[in-house]
Amino acid sequence: MIALAIALPALSAAILLSFGRRTNKFGPYLAISASTGAFLIGLWQFFQLLGLPKEERTVITAVYEWLVVPAANLKINFGLQADPLSISFVLLITFVGTLIHIYSLGYMSHDENRRRFFAYLNLFVAAMLLLVLADNYLLLYVGWEGVGLASYLLIGFWQHKNSAAVAAKKAFVANRVGDFGLSLAIMTMFLVFGSVSFVDINQGISSAPSWVSLTLGLLLLLAACGKSAQFPLQSWLLDAMEGPTPVSALIHAATMVTAGVYLIVRSGEIFNTSPTAQTAVVIIGAISLLMGAIIGAAKDDIKKSLAGSTMSQIGYMVLAAGLGPIGYVFAILHLITHGFFKAVMFLGAGSVMHATNDNVDMRRFGGLSKVMVFTTITFFIGYLAILGIPPFAGFYSKDHIIEAALSHSWWAGFVVLFGAGLTAFYMTRMVVMTFFSKQRWHDDVHPHESPLSMTIPMIVLAIGSTFIGIFLTQNHALEHWLEPVTGFSEPELPFSILTITLITLGVVAVGVLLAIWQYRSVTKVAPEKVSLVVSAARKDLYGDILNENLLMKPGQRLTRILGYFDKSVVDGYYSGIGSLTGGISARLRRSETGFVRSYAMSIILGTAIIVILLLIARL
Amino acid sequence: MNFPWLFFILLTPLIGTILLFIPQVKKYFSSKQIAFYSSIVTLIFVTVASLQFDISSNAQTQLDVSFDWIPIFGISFHLALTGISLVLVGLTAVLTPIVVLACQHEGQIRSREYFMWILLTEASALAVFMARDLFLFYVVFEAMLIPIFFLVGRFGGARRNSAALKFLLFGLVGGLVMLAAVIWLYFIAVNQLGRGTFSIAALSNELKIDIWTERWLFLGFFLAFALKAPMVPGHTWLPDTAEQATPGTSTMLIGILDKVGTYAMLAILIPIFPNASKEFAPAIIILALVSIIYAALIAIAQKDMKRTFAYISISHFGFIVMGIFSFTSIGIIGATVYMVAHGLSTAALFLTAGYLMRQKDTSLINGFGGLTKTAPLLTGFFLVASLSSIALPGLAGFVGEFMVLTGTYQRNQIAAVIATLGIILAAIYMLWLYQRVFTGPENDGTKNIIDLNTKQTLILTPVVVLTIIFGLFPAPVIKVSETAVSNTLKVLKVSDPLPRIEMVKQND
Repeated sequence: MIALAIALPALSAAILLSFGRRTNKFGPYLAISASTGAFLIGLWQFFQLLGLPKEERTVITAVYEWLVVPAANLKINFGLQADPLSISFVLLITFVGTLIHIYSLGYMSHDENRRRFFAYLNLFVAAMLLLVLADNYLLLYVGWEGVGLASYLLIGFWQHKNSAAVAAKKAFVANRVGDFGLSLAIMTMFLVFGSVSFVDINQGISSAPSWVSLTLGLLLLLAACGKSAQFPLQSWLLDAMEGPTPVSALIHAATMVTAGVYLIVRSGEIFNTSPTAQTAVVIIGAISLLMGAIIGAAKDDIKKSLAGSTMSQIGYMVLAAGLGPIGYVFAILHLITHGFFKAVMFLGAGSVMHATNDNVDMRRFGGLSKVMVFTTITFFIGYLAILGIPPFAGFYSKDHIIEAALSHSWWAGFVVLFGAGLTAFYMTRMVVMTFFSKQRWHDDVHPHESPLSMTIPMIVLAIGSTFIGIFLTQNHALEHWLEPVTGFSEPELPFSILTITLITLGVVAVGVLLAIWQYRSVTKVAPEKVSLVVSAARKDLYGDILNENLLMKPGQRLTRILGYFDKSVVDGYYSGIGSLTGGISARLRRSETGFVRSYAMSIILGTAIIVILLLIARL
Repeated sequence: MNFPWLFFILLTPLIGTILLFIPQVKKYFSSKQIAFYSSIVTLIFVTVASLQFDISSNAQTQLDVSFDWIPIFGISFHLALTGISLVLVGLTAVLTPIVVLACQHEGQIRSREYFMWILLTEASALAVFMARDLFLFYVVFEAMLIPIFFLVGRFGGARRNSAALKFLLFGLVGGLVMLAAVIWLYFIAVNQLGRGTFSIAALSNELKIDIWTERWLFLGFFLAFALKAPMVPGHTWLPDTAEQATPGTSTMLIGILDKVGTYAMLAILIPIFPNASKEFAPAIIILALVSIIYAALIAIAQKDMKRTFAYISISHFGFIVMGIFSFTSIGIIGATVYMVAHGLSTAALFLTAGYLMRQKDTSLINGFGGLTKTAPLLTGFFLVASLSSIALPGLAGFVGEFMVLTGTYQRNQIAAVIATLGIILAAIYMLWLYQRVFTGPENDGTKNIIDLNTKQTLILTPVVVLTIIFGLFPAPVIKVSETAVSNTLKVLKVSDPLPRIEMVKQND
């Protein structure tokens, strides 16, 4: 049954892609119903699990045997695992996914390739569901690269722009670097355990030597960095904003980029047995958290600023996941709440762009609250949620992460607290520059509120951003729900919860006030005399420049040199011999039949040699 | 003896060739039709034969057809199938009709000659994959050169003559060295067994070759095979040939005939020279690694699509060879799946790109751009082919590559790690090519490109469908080749590595 959740969108994508223009009329609606169907199946499975006793909430279905070599003990099923963790993801993916499908009806209404867009969205949903429902690492890998493909296709959707095509390729290549880690992790698993299924690995890891969990942990972390845009593989995410905004909301904010967090939490048993790998995860999360926030604070492009924020928020999740059983649940909680509030803000940004002829420069927004009421209110709810203002969703998830980090170490606690302040700063900056302050629109821009197909998903997500936090933490609902999979232990706090909350809110307030003060007036053109930090942040903290100078340029030079070497040295060696023979054959060609003749001669010669030699052998 | 299916498999393309020259037949059918129907009959025979093939049998070969050919030298005309040959025979039988249908204008001028060579290519490939007599194998191995030589030399691009000659010379050098080794082996058989024999089974099971001799013989055969499925540094003929050949020829050459090299390593080299194979394995794995990385790097820098495909194939042959010499079930089965996947993706790449290149009469990458809009179908087909080529999970290429890497990793972790770097390079060479050809703004030259028509779409569909099917359901290929692979390991006297940690399986 749960397989159907994957099959529906996959089938719909296949129909839309293979029947082409004939499906133009009903295509988008088919895609929306497929996504809705997947959501309903997910819901059904959720209630099925809820009805089971806590320990039995893991339902594994082997759909068929995928890769089986009995001689080598290789047996990998196309198997699906529905458990509290995967179903939480299924619900998030299909719920937000369906809303964004609906939003796209309005957003993409003028695009001639609308059908293809919906097909890719469906492809994404199918691949993402496969990723989270797989019962083994290899099948997870299928979904993992499947979402990478969907992301590639959607970033490059407006492929006529060169920048979009380049960004798409960059995302795929960066992801492949991560996949290098995942591939090796899977091979190591098979080498050590003779299996790649979650059940077997979880069971075997405790009896494995420590180098196994350390190696696996670091390799999986590399994979997570690629997919989740964490340091040092972060640079593709900002460029990925070339894709249509609904894509940025669904794939590059709410779901796909969080797959790395899923991978770490899913592999919890591996990380639990390797404190070193866990520390690496915390450090990567901390670096990404700060980097993303700093980049987000310097960008004038609203989508890129939001992308920096996504990187930073995923940094929170990764950091939490690195804390072990005290953090897994909150990593997932933050992942879910982030899925809502970041999606609503991206959709809000899309709505703003829709209203201003696809402008993304915040310096040419301003005062939009007057003309775009729904967008402003829903965006503002998302803003309150990401800041962690009670009772909005982000408060519950972020506060818990801060508590867990503080109980881990002073530096992790400091980073997340400081990050909260930075978040408050760049988000306030964004809200002020976009919705408040003076109008700085281009002359030909006449902003208007977006159609209902766009505002309704935003309203639904805004409602979610308001209540999902309370809903999931009431009576420790999510903790109890996820505990059988991820385990859970209470963090030991250095201060009382109330103190931590107050400190956090204080830091946030400072961030907000600083931003309001600094952006009390905004210029239409970005000032050029800026501090070192700002100019570095505008260049994505030199991530691209490093990549270019350390990898790309030397790489290109190397390929060119090798190409030349191959042609002149390796082939040149043969050409020397070749030109000799060429001379002979040219002489032969003067007689009528040319090549046929020369070849016939060599055959005759060869046969003669064989016959003679064989005769000698007989004698 | 049962019904000689294999004999008929081999006979049909030859009969097709003869029919091309009978005026009465030509009155009713075009050359293309004759070639197509002939290759379809072959496909039917192959299908029937594969239904007769018993995958649970432990026999070394099945469906044997054998009669004395030159009895005085112990040469017999012996055709038979192992699981791996069946897979490659199947690949040949599926790709040939597609190549026949896909050829356009080169089929109009001198079409009879063109299709004659295509059918003869098919026949020689089938014969090579089915031959179980070393002499017969040698003869068809050499004969394979002729049709491709003419296909390149008479139907190729501007510099076709030198390309054809280069192809021929590389083939001949390998062939002659192999010939010397074949004869030497014959002498050994005469001495040891008291009778001359070329039977591959007898040579592999009954001979005790002194180790130094075995090493030299091994090298003789290996050279021929490594030039055929070109490994660095003997690869430079392939880019030149592919650049000048028509897309159909390249498909036959790279998609099918080059597999003879890797196939023969499995079917001849290892069974007859197991000890030398084990000795040389580390060196060959290094050579394979060099092929994988070196060719992938060069593929990135190519300016011509056909040359890029050729370098990509060289990199992929590196993977196949590495899988074979991993001496693990997973690695060798992976190599077999890889050969099929590579055949399919190569066919799809060359043929789709072929439709494109014909319209503009160039294969230079920067002659194109922005085709997504003007030719969406063509773009789609090309994308699926490239994704399988770079081993996107879920497509056939992935199954082969993953198994090859996993098998290698079981024995040699460092080699596998280096080879895995290839997946990053693959993304770069393929997606950069795709980006330059299919995305970006259209230019004046590409505005008028015509998309695939219904017929062309239907021709390419089976390749893409098979790519997806084997990606999701590789079991048939795996099952068919299992016995052959376990026989190979038996000859080598190696067994599959066991997991480092024995676990009590709960679920079984």
